[in-house]
Amino acid sequence: MSDTLPAGSDAGNAGPAVVLKDVSFGYERRRTILSGIDMSVPRGKVVAIMGGSGCGKTTILRLIGGQLRPQRGQVLVDGCDVASLDREGLFAMRRKIGMLFQFGALFTDMSVFENIAFPLREHTGLPDELIRDLVLMKLNAVGLRGAAGLNPSELSGGMARRVALARAIALDPMLVMYDEPFAGLDPISLGIVGQLIRRLNDALGITSVVVTHDIYESLKIVDYIYFVSEGRIISQGTPAEVRASSEAFVRQFVDGAADGPVPFHYPARPLAKDFARAA
Amino acid sequence: MRPDAVTWTLRRVGRATLGSVERLGFAARFSVAVLVHTPAALRRLSLTLREIYFSGVLSLVIILVSGLFVGMVLALQGYDVLTRYGANESLGVLVALSLVRELGPVVAGLLFASRAGSAITAEIGLMKTTEQLSAMEMMAVDPLARVVAPRFVGGIVSMPLLAALFSMLGIFGAYLVGVKLIGIDAGSFWGNMQSAVDFRYDIVNGIIKSVVFGVAVSLIAVFEGYNARPTAEGVSTATTRTVVASSLSILALDFVLTVFMFRGMVG
Repeated sequence: MSDTLPAGSDAGNAGPAVVLKDVSFGYERRRTILSGIDMSVPRGKVVAIMGGSGCGKTTILRLIGGQLRPQRGQVLVDGCDVASLDREGLFAMRRKIGMLFQFGALFTDMSVFENIAFPLREHTGLPDELIRDLVLMKLNAVGLRGAAGLNPSELSGGMARRVALARAIALDPMLVMYDEPFAGLDPISLGIVGQLIRRLNDALGITSVVVTHDIYESLKIVDYIYFVSEGRIISQGTPAEVRASSEAFVRQFVDGAADGPVPFHYPARPLAKDFARAA
Repeated sequence: MRPDAVTWTLRRVGRATLGSVERLGFAARFSVAVLVHTPAALRRLSLTLREIYFSGVLSLVIILVSGLFVGMVLALQGYDVLTRYGANESLGVLVALSLVRELGPVVAGLLFASRAGSAITAEIGLMKTTEQLSAMEMMAVDPLARVVAPRFVGGIVSMPLLAALFSMLGIFGAYLVGVKLIGIDAGSFWGNMQSAVDFRYDIVNGIIKSVVFGVAVSLIAVFEGYNARPTAEGVSTATTRTVVASSLSILALDFVLTVFMFRGMVG
């Protein structure tokens, strides 16, 4: 598959929104999570990072958001090296980023309205009337203006994800990161969330990074896909290239095969050794 | 003991020691960070008032009812002993000094740790488990300033007020038993109490104790919540640790404070 990313809407002017250069990361010296990751996310595009559970996808998001620092390499967001930022600088950078967590991470002691108003109240000195209008606009964009008065406990999984999406775009960020946005959703909610990611990305002119293992939904909405396995990027390409790919890992992922480069069995001693005594 | 077993034991002891030192160092750094953010919590008064409500107002029932019963039991037991020495008129003094100096701060502190401390730990721990703290960080909002510091300040403010209310209800309970039930003269009950209880020596020292207990319990509660493992079991363990560590801290601090405050008693 191609190693060339499609150019973003204004890629020529300001460069990619996110760049990872030879990034390695591990929680302990011996336990490597990511190794030599090179990745580029052009502005205005929706880029997916795919791979099996525990392959290091979410760690990439945490590195981009500055919650983790790479052991080696550089993470550039909007041209700025994340690891070089102090706490103030990091918080200033995060104001340009929205993030949707796996299960929404809505504040359970606040209503839907207050959840979306939260970043606006924290970071802007806007009057209450204006905050109200902005919150209702964001909620309208995700189709939940009527749910403003509900509490997070009254929302379905899909609704909670949409409210979290409205909160992620509350400050009109340049980049929105999605951590498993499709996990645990019914087919209708899944379609709605997928379409919202694409529509909001195009309408607001933002850049999106989607971490997911839902290949079918991703192929419908993303511009480019990186496949990660055991902490390395093992394949990449556009949705058309992924569909046509004959690479074993990509085929296993697309076809949902139980066995392949990602083995069905956890590493173990040879079968004969374990059953030798019984025989 | 085989050499392998010795090495294994030494390695485990070393690992446990290093783990404890690391945790202690982290707790110290965390405490400093919380203190640094405390002024921010005072500036955002609405958040702190909300926490005073949750820690203080919602603890009122258990504190008031416990105080009342402790005072009533103290009066019954005290009357039994004092009568043997013909000093039953001193019942008010006995009850007031016991409550103001010791039982008020200590028992209220233990109840506060069980009711409010565990709730603070569970709430912060669950916020961590459900990624609410991470979400806050990613929104460029510091959880230490927004979540931890208001709860810390709320606990410190609530604790002395609860201890004072505990002592008041205790004295009232003793009055009900001693004066209304047993029939001690009300004048001598209140009069002896007024003349024997010193404001600076007894009441202020009691207040200082309850403030110190409030700081200890609140700090332990927010620390355990913030550092809970983000699982159901992790939150459960953290909540238990809060109650155990807070209770032991209260008892140990009480001894140390009593030694310094009432040195004259032991010559």
